[in-house]
Order: sequence, then structure tokens, then C-alpha cells
Amino acid sequence: MAKGQVAITVERCKGCGFCVEFCPTHVLALSSAFNSKGYHPPHVVSGEKCSGCDLCGMYCPDFAIFGARHAR
Amino acid sequence: MSEAILDIPLDSTKTAINPVEPYLRMDRMPHIWCPGCGIGTTVNCFARALESSGLNLDKVAIVSGIGCTGRVAGYANLDSFHTTHGRAIPFATGLKLSNPELQVVVYSGDGDLFAIGGNHFIHAARRNMDIKVICVNNLTYAMTGGQTGPATPTEVISATSPYGVFEPSFNLVQLAEAAGASYVARWTTYHVKQLSRSMEEVLHKKGFCFIEVLSPCPTLYQRRNKMGDGLDAMKFYKEVSKVRHGAPTSECALTRAGEIVVGKFVDRDRPDYLELLNRQMTATLGDRYATPEVTCSEG
Repeated sequence: MAKGQVAITVERCKGCGFCVEFCPTHVLALSSAFNSKGYHPPHVVSGEKCSGCDLCGMYCPDFAIFGARHAR
Repeated sequence: MSEAILDIPLDSTKTAINPVEPYLRMDRMPHIWCPGCGIGTTVNCFARALESSGLNLDKVAIVSGIGCTGRVAGYANLDSFHTTHGRAIPFATGLKLSNPELQVVVYSGDGDLFAIGGNHFIHAARRNMDIKVICVNNLTYAMTGGQTGPATPTEVISATSPYGVFEPSFNLVQLAEAAGASYVARWTTYHVKQLSRSMEEVLHKKGFCFIEVLSPCPTLYQRRNKMGDGLDAMKFYKEVSKVRHGAPTSECALTRAGEIVVGKFVDRDRPDYLELLNRQMTATLGDRYATPEVTCSEG
């Protein structure tokens, strides 16, 4: 199972793609769907690979995504 | 799959709270920065540095000038000051001298700190005033339309230099070191972990500390120079930046497409302004010198 998971606030996203590019385990991809402002937010494509490192959360300029690790 | 018990409570992705939210005024979000702008990333790192520093947030104040980065004071959930153009450091100096308990952070852009407020910067560094200066350098005056600023590298096209900038630019880290700063570092928005650690370090260091953060400006800098969007700038930083701690700052000048030297360049201890003031006054006046009482602190 995945070590962690990401939470995305779709409406706050501006679609810059930083999280998608710099995710070390390539969990995310930009979605083809739009949010209400017309941006493409990221979505989880391979959630089982998420390590919960929260690097996406550190890169996000819009505070729209973060990762969390499951407590063991 | 076992029950999802998380380090950070995450009952469902709909109700989850981002760990930086307590440090920001979320009622003001979404912020005004463009898609691909790196200022949000630096604020994110700053919020995490505040979290890990363990400082009492009632004793931290943030001061900004004018410009894109000047908006940070309005978004940080701290006591904040959005001052006139270029005067962030004088306001911060006054704040620090009247209430020395406060940890004063100046968060502003390259145009505000080095063009309009350039003189204030060098004098605060000379006096080793105990303030922490974080300069988000997007290499242009972004809010007013992308004019040539003091940090714009040569050969770059800007709104006021349609044939390319011919003036030499400031090397901000060299300027800070020469003026006498106690701590000088440079990172880019690509180096989030290092930047956050550096910010945490300066929050615990005494004296004038300066961190320069290179940030993408897709709308006004990169568009004119055909440098792509914010993500392309981040990939560029990843490609060309070299970490060289303690490198001589004179070798760290920025060019349009050349190597970006990042790292911690200076970390030295000098007596700060308040210490020197108290030392001299005590030596001269002895018992007649009373340390000014702080009247505006809590309790």
C-alpha cells in the first residue's frame, strides 16, 4: 500500500505544474478537467507510489496541494 | 489497505488542512501572483521555516515594501507592515529598535530593496541591524510592467530596454557581503528544502541576514525573452544552478543564461547595532544609562 497520500484543493490551483514535474515518484499528472477559473489542476495517477514526502506541498505557490505520510 | 492514520490529520481530501494554512491569511486567497510565479513557493518555504523554528509567532513581525513581493506582508498571518516604496528596511529598523524582543523579517523584491531602497539596505547592513532580509529576485520590476531594474542582467529585453539591457547589474550577494551583512545566502525557488532550512537558520541568527531567492517571472520577464513559463524557469534553475557553499561572492554574478551559483556564502558574527549602542552608552554613562523599557509588548 501507499506510504502516504496527497490532498489537492482544486479551486486554488493555477495549473503551474510544479508539483507534477518535481514529484520524486511521479504520482501526479495535470488533469484534462478545468477548475472554475479555467486552469487544469493536477490529479493523482499512481497513488500507490506516493511516499507522503510533501515535496509537492513545498513547491506549490498556491498552497493548493500537500502530502501526508500514513502513521505506522 | 489499513486505516489511514496520518501524521497530519487527513480525514478526507475535502476537509484536509494544508500545514501552512495557520501561517497565512487564508481568507485572502487566492493570491494575486501569476500562474508560474515563484513568490508563492518562497512564502510556502517561509511558513515551513516558521513552523520548524518554533518561534513565538507573536514575536515575529514581517515588513514589506511595494511590488509583487511586497504583497507577502498582507498574506502572512503575522504582525505585518506594508510600507511605502523602498522603505521596508527603515520601518523594520524602527520596529526593531523600539521593541528589541521582536524578530523582524523584511520580505521584499529586488526593485524595492536595491533600487528605491538601495541606500537603506547598505546602511542597515553596515550597522548590522538585527533584521532578516529575504529578497525575492525576479530580475525585473514586475508589478509595474517589466521595466529594467538594478538586478536585470545584461542583454535581457525589458519594457524599457527593447534592444537589450546594456547597463551592468548589481550582484546582490556581493553587495550584501561588502556592506557588512552577517549572513548571506542565495537560493532559487527550485531549492525549496535548502531555502526553508536557510530561512530557519536566519530566524535563529543575530545580526543582519540576507537571503536572495531567484524566482521565475513568466508574465513580464520570461515572455519578453522567450524563456517559456514558470515551469521552464524551474527546469532551467535545476539545470544551471551549482551549490557552492562559501564561494567568493564576487564570482557569483548572475547572467542571462549562465551558471547560477547558490549556497550559503557568508556566515560570520559581528556585534549588532543594539549591542554596540548599549555597550557604548553603558561605558559612557554607567548607572545613569537605563536600557529603554519596552512598553508595547504583550502582558
